[in-house]
Amino acid sequence: MKTRGKKTLLPPTPPQTIGPYFRIGLTAPRPLSRIAGPDTRGERLKLVCTVLDGRNAPVDDAMIEIWQANAEGKYNHPDDRQKKALDPDFIGHGRMGTNSEGICIFETVKPGRVPGPGPGNTLQAPHLEVSVFARGVLKRLATRIYFAGDPANNEDSVLALVPKARRATLLAQPIEGEPGAWRFDLHLNGKKETVFFDV
Amino acid sequence: MVSSSSRGKASVRRTHRGEGHPARDGEESGRILSPYHRHDPKNEPGNIYPPYKSSLARGPRKPLIVLPHTLSEITGPVFGHGEIGEMDNDLTRQHAGEPLGERITVSGKVLDDNGRTVSNTLIEIWQCNAAGRYAHMVDQHPAPLDPSFSGAGRTLTDAQGNYHFTTIKPGPYPWKNHPNAWRPAHIHFSLFGTAFATRLITQMYFPGDPLFPFDPIFNSVRDPKARERMISKFDLALTRPDWSLGFRFDIVLRGREETPFENKR
Ligand SMILES: [Fe+2]
Repeated sequence: MKTRGKKTLLPPTPPQTIGPYFRIGLTAPRPLSRIAGPDTRGERLKLVCTVLDGRNAPVDDAMIEIWQANAEGKYNHPDDRQKKALDPDFIGHGRMGTNSEGICIFETVKPGRVPGPGPGNTLQAPHLEVSVFARGVLKRLATRIYFAGDPANNEDSVLALVPKARRATLLAQPIEGEPGAWRFDLHLNGKKETVFFDV
Repeated sequence: MVSSSSRGKASVRRTHRGEGHPARDGEESGRILSPYHRHDPKNEPGNIYPPYKSSLARGPRKPLIVLPHTLSEITGPVFGHGEIGEMDNDLTRQHAGEPLGERITVSGKVLDDNGRTVSNTLIEIWQCNAAGRYAHMVDQHPAPLDPSFSGAGRTLTDAQGNYHFTTIKPGPYPWKNHPNAWRPAHIHFSLFGTAFATRLITQMYFPGDPLFPFDPIFNSVRDPKARERMISKFDLALTRPDWSLGFRFDIVLRGREETPFENKR
């Protein structure tokens, strides 16, 4: 039991690694690579995510989950009270296991800007919430995908919390010669380690 | 596949709105409903636990950056009844024949750390068969597959946060972490809870397993009290006569810092 303020809180159930066999329960029966359907509004994106370990070897047994707002910056969730429209063809949730090259690909739309932390009317830059699970990963790793070159990145209050030298690890990069396609490399550790958040 | 209206939080929202705190509603302003409690590091494994070998190249080593909870973290996917099949929580009835092994019932309640029930939330489980073999290509250890057992189940908690699975008791299995390494019997659990912040993947163990002291995954949670919270309890009251042994596994997810529903009453 732990007390925060005057309240006694129940101690939470600890996390454990997802292990190597999650496909039988999670991504094999229900892969979810298409986050946006044919009628979803917004700028189409193909997001190519690669998971790499500290030796730069592809991680072929990782699971990536995406959570994102729709093109207007509205989450499909009852706690989003913004007066913005939901998109009937959009939930915002994706989940895939990586292939033998450590890659999984999501089809989606670019999320709109959502309110930032703190007072005032600051907006966050377009971003996707990302959870990474894998054998050898002891608990959910949380990160965000932003879009390189988006002018809103400069005023994003979460990016501002990240040391400048590491910000680039959170930026998806456009893939040359393939309009609408972006790549995002996730380095679990090593020199190029991706920024992970304590959520 | 996911419905936006099936989470049973309508009463919380109504009360909140009815009390008239528009600024806290996040409408027209950047303010959001209260954030979730932060992680307690004592409750969790670190990102690297050297006895668990594969964590060395896969766990991040740089310090995590504390992310204030914004709208992005206090929302998350909501799942509806539409995608749960009637037999999805009975792993013994997914094939024509019955799986071999000790039939068990696993039941429990999902609560948040404020003690409030988490209703209509998705629970997914996966496990090996009674012989310790997963129905998965990567698992090649020489134990028999069971053609009557796939080892995956899912359900939604009911209005009181309760869930039930019927399955067979998974066997312990060897793995390559160190010489003569065996995992204690366990069922993998995945829960979304109410928000991105509450996402949890864990493993449920069985009471009194002799392999506990030797398992680096179980022991990656360093606090013995926290480890106990991953062990189910044998429960005679859940045991169905002439049918299945009962194990109780209650799950606690993080809750909100402020609970408007309670505070305003
Ligand atoms: Fe396992």
